[in-house]
Amino acid sequence: MSDDIAICTQDLVKRFRTLRGMVTAVNGVTLQVRRGETYGLIGPDGAGKTTTTRVILGLLKRTAGESSVLGYDSMRNTYEIRERVGYIAQQFALPADLTVQENMRFFADIQDVSAEEQQRRIPELLEFAGLTHFTKRLAGRLSGGMKKKLALACSLVHEPQVVLLDEPTLGVDPVSRREFWNLLGNLRAEKGLTIFVCTPYMDEAERCSRVGLMYQGRLIAHDSPKMIKRLVPGRLLEFTPSNFVPARQIVTGMEGVLEVQTYGVMLHLFVDDVARRRQEIAGALAAQGITCVGMREIEPRMEEAFISLIRRQSDQSHGV
Amino acid sequence: MAFKITGTHPIEVKDLTKRFGDFTAVDHISFYVNRGEVYGWLGPNGAGKTTTIRMLLGLLRPTDGEARVLGYNPATEAKTMQARVGYMSQLFTLYNDLTARENIRFYGQAYGLSRAKLRRRQAEIIEMAGLQGRENILTGNLSGGWKQRLALGCAIVHHPQVLFLDEPTAGVDPISRRDFWGLIYAMANKGVTVLVTTHYMDEAELCQRVGFLSQGRLAALDTPRRLKETHMRGQVLEINTPDPDRAMRVLKAAQESQRLPLDEVALYGAQIHAVVPAAEEFRQPLKDLLNAEGVRVNAIEWIAPTLEDVFISTMERL
Repeated sequence: MSDDIAICTQDLVKRFRTLRGMVTAVNGVTLQVRRGETYGLIGPDGAGKTTTTRVILGLLKRTAGESSVLGYDSMRNTYEIRERVGYIAQQFALPADLTVQENMRFFADIQDVSAEEQQRRIPELLEFAGLTHFTKRLAGRLSGGMKKKLALACSLVHEPQVVLLDEPTLGVDPVSRREFWNLLGNLRAEKGLTIFVCTPYMDEAERCSRVGLMYQGRLIAHDSPKMIKRLVPGRLLEFTPSNFVPARQIVTGMEGVLEVQTYGVMLHLFVDDVARRRQEIAGALAAQGITCVGMREIEPRMEEAFISLIRRQSDQSHGV
Repeated sequence: MAFKITGTHPIEVKDLTKRFGDFTAVDHISFYVNRGEVYGWLGPNGAGKTTTIRMLLGLLRPTDGEARVLGYNPATEAKTMQARVGYMSQLFTLYNDLTARENIRFYGQAYGLSRAKLRRRQAEIIEMAGLQGRENILTGNLSGGWKQRLALGCAIVHHPQVLFLDEPTAGVDPISRRDFWGLIYAMANKGVTVLVTTHYMDEAELCQRVGFLSQGRLAALDTPRRLKETHMRGQVLEINTPDPDRAMRVLKAAQESQRLPLDEVALYGAQIHAVVPAAEEFRQPLKDLLNAEGVRVNAIEWIAPTLEDVFISTMERL
């Protein structure tokens, strides 16, 4: 394997036995994360992100396929992986009755960081996370955003080369979410850290160098955010029809209309040719007495791309 | 704000204030919501979103100011008002050990619906939520999207004219979220007035008007499009370079030394977003600086701010 690869899986499968029979949580996932990149595993709840992450880390046994971190096999070399990797589990809770400083020391001790090294690294990490003024505060009394930053600092105390973060911004408000991502960006730029993030937030994909879109145990796309957004069919037209339900019926199946998505009170249409279809659509709706407000071409975002990809996926599997 | 309580809008709030001891959770908020409008609130945790909703529901008494919901004063006429108002909290208050149908029946009975009306509503709600075939599954075994639509169904079993939704889509997948918003707008089109709080920027974009709430105050209030035009301080430049990490270090240094007036510099995957006072004016200096430090630049583009950019910019000025 090339030295350039930080995380690698090949046809990874994980099945669980449950009361209702076997469940395939991860169904043939092949992905590669290069060193120094920010990789986002993106998908809704239950897509298999957490299971994939846990298998990569060797916390869960894989059913089939391969997985490794920095060239170390997830199942056979867990100790080597543990030394070189930082991890924040989903809904991970720091000891609430320890102060910020004590938490840092606690995690440093667990990771066998020497006393001298702790003296150097802990202040540096706290400064970096913007927690220098809160060293004596109990972790339980930090705000949600600060807790996440402390968790990040703790996961970095043994100077890992790779961090895996499982939904690190879940339930965090937009301001703190932005701060957290800015921290990750700085870490990548300054230290060359490889970052692997699982998230249900589509807009966080824009923060990643590459993303894998996960749905029902499968990786349905795997590329840079820009390229994934190009996987949508055609170009995107947005408008607000004066009468929503009949308008949607009229445009669905019109020539050149490749896909129809609803967006609140608006319709999002993927069309083959904006200039041409724009006129035709407005005309067809006007013929039925429906007016269109604010018709314009917009850039598809990750969410539109994801929805489009999922739809095509389920159409294929249902043989439509 | 010159603002009067007139009782003509379904929701009217004037100088509403709630203090808990020394802490002011809601600080003289004034606004109204039009009939059939979908009005959204965006704000960090602790901004006062939930406290305001609780006052509007008549569950908390305001310290100061007043509110009218459908012409009723929630502080004194909560009982009459509550029969016309629906509420769905972020916790989806459903009984997991009841089936979907039983949950609807439970809420219908709590709202005092007649037997005949309840039977009709049950069928309507099951259809609306797309729960046909799942009516008799225990709610605890339904996935997030179904649960959410069932919770919405239970919140509207009594045909409320005003609906309060407190972070209704947390943890729900994007397709279910789209369906959910389809339902919200179907109701709004029938004249239901909706006040919704959210953490998702793309959801805020879906609202007809959005209020930014911070530290108990309403910091901005307008359509998403207008907010982007009027509330963004500075403009966003997107820098495309083969070496974003190095470019980032150069720009961070320039920001710290104040060599260039950079409000924010952040990595977005392979691109960098830099917020500058004026895009056209600073495009070239930015490029020159990067080139001088040996960083190649493929392109610097002036891009439209996202609602998140605008939100952060507004918060930072407070």
